[in-house]
Amino acid sequence: MTKTLKGIAASDGFAHAPAYLLVEPDLSFKKVTIKDEAAEIKRLQAAIAQADSELTKIRDQAQQTLGEEEAQVFDAHKMILADPEFTGAIEQQVKDQKVNAEQALHDVSTNFIAMFEAMTDNKYMQERAADVRDVTKRVMSHLLQVSLPNPALIDHEVIIVAHDLTPSDTAQLNKKYVKAFVTDIGGRTAHSAIMARSLEIPAIVGTDTITQDVQNDQDMIVDGVNGEAVLEPAAADIQHYQKLAEDYAQEKAEWAKLKTAASVTADGKHFDVAANIGTPKDLVGANDNGAEAIGLYRTEFLYMDSAELPSEDDQFEAYKEVLEGMKGKPVVVRTMDIGGDKHLPYLPLPEEMNPFLGYRAIRISLDRQDIFRTQLRALLRASAYGKLRIMFPMIATLQEFRQAKGILQEEMAKLKAEGIAYDEQELQVGIMIEIPAAAVLADQFAKEVDFFSIGTNDLIQYTMAADRGNEHVSYLYQPYNPSILRLIKNVIDAAHKEGKWVGMCGEAAGDSTMVPLLLGMGLDEYSMSATSILRVRSLMKHLDTQELQDLVEQATNVSLSNEENEKLVAQFVKEHRH
Amino acid sequence: MEKKDFHVIAETGIHARPATMLVQTASKFNSDINLEYSGKTVNLKSIMGVMSLGVGQGADVTISADGEDASEAIKAISETMTKEGLSE
Repeated sequence: MTKTLKGIAASDGFAHAPAYLLVEPDLSFKKVTIKDEAAEIKRLQAAIAQADSELTKIRDQAQQTLGEEEAQVFDAHKMILADPEFTGAIEQQVKDQKVNAEQALHDVSTNFIAMFEAMTDNKYMQERAADVRDVTKRVMSHLLQVSLPNPALIDHEVIIVAHDLTPSDTAQLNKKYVKAFVTDIGGRTAHSAIMARSLEIPAIVGTDTITQDVQNDQDMIVDGVNGEAVLEPAAADIQHYQKLAEDYAQEKAEWAKLKTAASVTADGKHFDVAANIGTPKDLVGANDNGAEAIGLYRTEFLYMDSAELPSEDDQFEAYKEVLEGMKGKPVVVRTMDIGGDKHLPYLPLPEEMNPFLGYRAIRISLDRQDIFRTQLRALLRASAYGKLRIMFPMIATLQEFRQAKGILQEEMAKLKAEGIAYDEQELQVGIMIEIPAAAVLADQFAKEVDFFSIGTNDLIQYTMAADRGNEHVSYLYQPYNPSILRLIKNVIDAAHKEGKWVGMCGEAAGDSTMVPLLLGMGLDEYSMSATSILRVRSLMKHLDTQELQDLVEQATNVSLSNEENEKLVAQFVKEHRH
Repeated sequence: MEKKDFHVIAETGIHARPATMLVQTASKFNSDINLEYSGKTVNLKSIMGVMSLGVGQGADVTISADGEDASEAIKAISETMTKEGLSE
């Protein structure tokens, strides 16, 4: 019977394929006292041998479909299975404790995992805990005679259905055959959602029950535009969605024509549609989609992908590559935003009750000036190669901004004394607006900064006092709530009064409901995932900023809920599309 | 029993790929092969054993082999140590 499930539309597009359930089977077991140790050890060895031959098969398949690098993960797994210290310890446990193989395997692997996880000064070793966990699961599945999903073995088109998708799950997927993702939990910023957008496949997250509702191999349709999954579609459904998919493909073709166009509204106003990037590698996507600037270069990855603090020269090379790659278009670089949920193995931070309200971003930079000054010097040196804008994250007070800018000026003076070139004419210094304190005081900040960039995810979570990772309060993630809209408007008005520009670099900047509101408020720059640029540019083309001012008036001054505002915008855009 | 001392020069010490290569080499021989570092001894055929030692740059380690193919084993392991840039 046909059944439709609603979730959160996380990535656009349509797909029709059989479901592939990426769900772990029940691996629970009971502790049993055994009499025949030899037989139990034999059972263990058989399970290990089966796991090993399964891994050989997966490894071969992974090498062909995913490449050598991904395949090596399975070599590491095979090596653990062949490790006498591991298997020997399990056998010993069976003999000494007279317990069943499941219990012995569990005990031994728990010890190893704890040992690796305790090596907090070594990220590589900590990751090995995941290998031990994976291998343990595989042997356990053979002991219990249940089968694990093996995504690396997928050899036909499928829709991946999972409770949630982690980076290690998606690393094993053959992207060629994956047509869509549907998950039980997560939001638009979940790993599965981000991954789907970068693969340009549809995704629905937060369906709550999809893993229980769908069977392996069951026929299904994914509508990533409306966030609907249709199980066992009837012929009429298939036809209906085929039509939608064709329209969507046509729309995408139209977007493609906008790659080299400027972002202009129906009434001829020009805005900058920019890309968010994490590494110089992301420039390809930004340029392919016609980004008019880089609105956010997250420098954290330089720190996170490194075994120690990145040197001034290493940073300089990365920044220079981005600035040169943008060929004179503006590049907003955010200084280190570590802390919160991002940690560095070589920079131990204190355990905190509320890491998002704690020691992070500019708060660390001002405290650890050695790290901050190295980054600023690298940035200043790179500024000679393009149009650089330096942005400080998590600014709460004017004093913080002044102190950060003061340090920057000291480094400028040093470079000048050393005769090292940097951009003395056009370099701009601004702040990220993500703390309500700065948003409220925007008029004062605007006198001293060159620009603002609004970070919506944090601004919403701090304004609503709702942890964005906490499912129980996820209903408070309300980007269209009048309170949030008013804060944003306040920031834009304050900046414009001082002749400064304002960007937005959160998810919201590419959101179809938010863009009309932001255009009405006069936001200057919209920075988003590169894959959203053409959709937003196309949307702008059909809107008139004068008319949108009325929409802003209603959305901020009438006491509407988040959902009511969302509907209001949708209706307005429908009626006023040019 | 054959023994040989090594001074680890690799910046990252003995882990990741070099550790894997050492274990693979050791596993080809019948002899019992051990790695000794700072008073602890582990089986060189055990990847988890080797990695658990956390041998860093500048460490002095001793590898010993006991068995009929002990000297061949030490020779092959020395070659791997050099090839993987662990030791000179």
